[in-house]
Amino acid sequence: MPSVPESVENYEKSKKIVGYESFCQASPRTYSLLGFRCGLEIHQQLKTQKKLFCRCPAGLYQSKDEYDAEVIRHMRPTLSELGEYDGTALMEFKTRKNIIYRIKNESACTYDIDDTPPFPLNREALKIALEAALLLKTSIVGELHITRKQYLDGSIPTGFQRTAIVGIEGEIPLAARRVRIIQLSLEEDACREVSDIGHERIYTTDRLGMPLIEIVTYPDMQTPQEAAQAAHYLRFLTRSTGKVRTGSGAAREDVNVSITGGTRVEIKGVAHISWIPRLTHNEAFRQKALLEIRKILKHRVNDATFWKTHHAPLAPEMFKDEIPLLKQAQERGCPIMAVNLPGFGGVLSFFTQPGQTFADELSARLKVIACLEKPNMLHSEELEPLLGRGELTAVRKLLNSKAPDAQVIFWGPPADIETALETIEERCRLAFEGVLNETRKARPDGTNIFERILPGPDRMYPDTDSPPIAIEEELIDRTRQNLPSAIVDRLEKLRRWKIPPDTYDYILRRNLFCALEKIIRDFDQPPRFVGALMGHTLKNAESHLNGAMPLDQEKIYDLFAFLHRNKLNRNILKTLLPALYRHTRMDFEALLRNVNYQNACPEEILARIPLLREKFRRQNAFKDAAAESDWIMGQLRPLALGNMDLADLRREIDGGRL
Amino acid sequence: MSDAFKGYKGRALETLKKFNVRVWSETHIQSRRGAFKGIILPRAENDDDRHLVLKLANGYNVGVAVDTIEQMHQVGYKEAHYKIPEKEFPFSPAKPNIKLFGTGGTIASRLDYRTGAVIPAFTPGELYGAVPELADICNLSTEKLFSVFSENMGSAEYITLAKAIGAEIEKGIDGIIIGHGTDTMHHTAGALAFMIQNSPVPIVMVGSQRSSDRPSSDAALNLIHAATAACRSDIAEVMVCMFGPTSDEYALLHRGTRVRKMHSSYRSTFRTVGDIPLAMVQRDKITPFRNDYHHRRKDRKVDIYPYFEERVTMVYYYPNMHPDIIDALVEKGYKGIVIAGTGLGHVNKPVYPAIERAVKAGVAIYMTVQTLWGYVHMFVYETGRDLIAKGVIPAENMLPEVAYVKLGWALGQTDDLEEVKKIMLTGVCGEITEREPYNGYLIFQGGIPEIEEFLKKVHK
Repeated sequence: MPSVPESVENYEKSKKIVGYESFCQASPRTYSLLGFRCGLEIHQQLKTQKKLFCRCPAGLYQSKDEYDAEVIRHMRPTLSELGEYDGTALMEFKTRKNIIYRIKNESACTYDIDDTPPFPLNREALKIALEAALLLKTSIVGELHITRKQYLDGSIPTGFQRTAIVGIEGEIPLAARRVRIIQLSLEEDACREVSDIGHERIYTTDRLGMPLIEIVTYPDMQTPQEAAQAAHYLRFLTRSTGKVRTGSGAAREDVNVSITGGTRVEIKGVAHISWIPRLTHNEAFRQKALLEIRKILKHRVNDATFWKTHHAPLAPEMFKDEIPLLKQAQERGCPIMAVNLPGFGGVLSFFTQPGQTFADELSARLKVIACLEKPNMLHSEELEPLLGRGELTAVRKLLNSKAPDAQVIFWGPPADIETALETIEERCRLAFEGVLNETRKARPDGTNIFERILPGPDRMYPDTDSPPIAIEEELIDRTRQNLPSAIVDRLEKLRRWKIPPDTYDYILRRNLFCALEKIIRDFDQPPRFVGALMGHTLKNAESHLNGAMPLDQEKIYDLFAFLHRNKLNRNILKTLLPALYRHTRMDFEALLRNVNYQNACPEEILARIPLLREKFRRQNAFKDAAAESDWIMGQLRPLALGNMDLADLRREIDGGRL
Repeated sequence: MSDAFKGYKGRALETLKKFNVRVWSETHIQSRRGAFKGIILPRAENDDDRHLVLKLANGYNVGVAVDTIEQMHQVGYKEAHYKIPEKEFPFSPAKPNIKLFGTGGTIASRLDYRTGAVIPAFTPGELYGAVPELADICNLSTEKLFSVFSENMGSAEYITLAKAIGAEIEKGIDGIIIGHGTDTMHHTAGALAFMIQNSPVPIVMVGSQRSSDRPSSDAALNLIHAATAACRSDIAEVMVCMFGPTSDEYALLHRGTRVRKMHSSYRSTFRTVGDIPLAMVQRDKITPFRNDYHHRRKDRKVDIYPYFEERVTMVYYYPNMHPDIIDALVEKGYKGIVIAGTGLGHVNKPVYPAIERAVKAGVAIYMTVQTLWGYVHMFVYETGRDLIAKGVIPAENMLPEVAYVKLGWALGQTDDLEEVKKIMLTGVCGEITEREPYNGYLIFQGGIPEIEEFLKKVHK
């Protein structure tokens, strides 16, 4: 049996030092000991006809290879209003990316590619944003100031996002605590990324410029579960307006996580709220791990300011065996470099996230900053070593390494080597600081990966192309009068109606509450029945009809009205509603035929019982009363649906027998 | 108005004074709409007097309605200083020496809070801080001649610029760059092309269509291209160097007398009209498209003709024009009129008598075409022949703006109309071409299958 590599032993040991607990093991105490804090940034697209600053239609998506023209841009950092270069900005500039935009004439214009100044802001979007801002109980600004928020990744062709604060300082009530809202802003959506390989990143411009609101909370959530709760609440809230987009990518969450001694790290691209708990859990422990690494390094190195790497070119021929990765690099003409990291022994294999170590932090930065595609490096502490003991000894010899040092071997295009060397040294040096302000990308397995340095307020810039827009008292009053009721009140009502709690999520998520309330009120339907019909029957139908659009709540109300008018029994809804979902365009009469409804009065139905009973008894020697009742029920059920209460029917069948 | 209340007026100003708060004050505001904390920013002068501008800690700006303010007090003070990081521009004896003249415009700029607009910043150190690549190309020195928006560039500026360039050339400079706002760049280019003749070095005009305060600005790349052209180009003429396509790919060098701004906001707005451009500039090379240009020379000789007559105008003809327009110009003492006529160079009959009166009064009248492409051909139709008979002189295929600056330049040299005519109709530097090449007129139309295919394949 092969022995467990030292690096794996070290990884397991470091996991213990960190005190890592799996997500399932963790309890609220786990998080309070870590000093877990989490805040959210919710991005929600608004349902408007047109984009925010131009007159292109919103919501017209293209496939990734479908485009009419391409435009190439480069992004260069500029001064912020207060006269500073933004840190992220400078980093992005280092990467020297060719940004390519794929444009479709239908969905993008010269504004989108930054060849025309903005048109006046879409008022429809402003009204929706104002509605959400009021629902969040924020203080509405007197005047909207369009601000430019720099993004040098190229996701917006101008290099900045036009954004404006609508309200600040609000709150939402969660079960355990109030969560404070920092701000709600109205902004334009960014491009969709097609690919990012080496020095070339490709985007489509279809989503670009679509209006969205961003809601930012304070880091008030104290457990991963609370973070998910808050995300749900905010989703219910925005959807209660009925004026937001739904479907894939229409709502996106960023989560900010910090622990005691750590710092705010932003995880972007959280596609589902259900990802939030695991992501934030892992991030909290990653920060804990970085703090432990700092402790180790500080113990080993007296003064980090003098800490330095050194490097040497590496010829793979120096190894006895051929290392395929290095061979391939050589064949592509990539120089191979060996770098010595003094005092980093045991750090590269130090646990950071499940299945990941500190070395992954280096590798991710090499990809993002130096544009080296993965796999881009090997090192002395691989969990699945590709370099044997002999090779490592040779590398150490080449670099004149000391015992507590670690080594990294990387390769890449000649022009990127210098940036790569700087990147490795910089990231290692920053390990002495512990947790870094970073934007990281969510991965479906619950871990995250470096995306860029977290930008600060320095990247904000007033938009000189747009005048301020006053938000008058009158508009606020008018909007306030037509606000949907608060989610917390809706939840309370659902409870009072004794509607099954497992339906709440669906009812609020699909914004069915108003229809539910009206149906109960107008048609005197039992709340539990209507709630279950929506939260169970409809949800079930939706999950079986993948990709179908959610049903319009008006339509459900109309169906109830139709039933009411035609004095049909509500028990037919369990088949009628899924049918309506499948055939949204069919009128209700046709729908009835579709589910094989036949009009019959209770007397007619009941009149058939004696004949059926006789038939059963003729065919069955055993006189099982329950079987007889079930069989007759089964025969009459399809006819009874919509015409009479099934419990009444059963009673009649059973009564007749007695 | 005092600096402490930059841009504020009326009720907003009263409110600031009432609560003893000024611009750059870190302020807590209690308003009917809620509490706001931030730094009071200057306000753009043309904005209303009902709001204060506040910069919040997260970098966003918001406006607070003064009528809703209940309480406000200063808790600190933080004045911003806008400065492009200045680094000393490195000198290398091996590199050519380039002079950059500034006239205004947005080659490098920062924000002006008074107007909310961008204003230029421009020393070699500042430029080096913003566009470090310049140091790989040349040794740069700069001189700010004026600080005007391009619409305010006029004859006095042309003359100052021409003389300054002449002096630099005599001193031995290897190339000239002129930073210029894009709106009237082609007017200035035309004027300089006439005023500076036989230059031994390239004179490259450059600007930007997207201000340099944005990451996707074309300013830096334009400047890099212009520096490359000024240093390495063999073409010693007055040229405009601006984006070829809207993509960050290459620049085109346009002859100063054949170039025109053709789109109000596109990066690739400058086009050579009626001919092909002189060359294409990439970061590492210049590809000339033709040979018939003035080549770079080692000598320091240059002819400067710094003349301009102000009383020259241009009239853009339209179908219902009344003759009194022309009469009024004559009455006001204008010495020259360039007409941008329809089609081959026409105006309507009612204007004829006024033209006759003008010519009689000694006004030089030249005809150009508002179609921009093509020659004035006044013998094709009777209208044209009538006009010639009345003394209107066809200006070949000179662009209207170029004919205007040339007429100003010619009348600046002499009042003898025969002499003026000789100057006008003798080509100096491509303003009149003997022939129009087949590929000199290309305006593609979207929708046509082969054009769509081209657009998909080639970055426009």
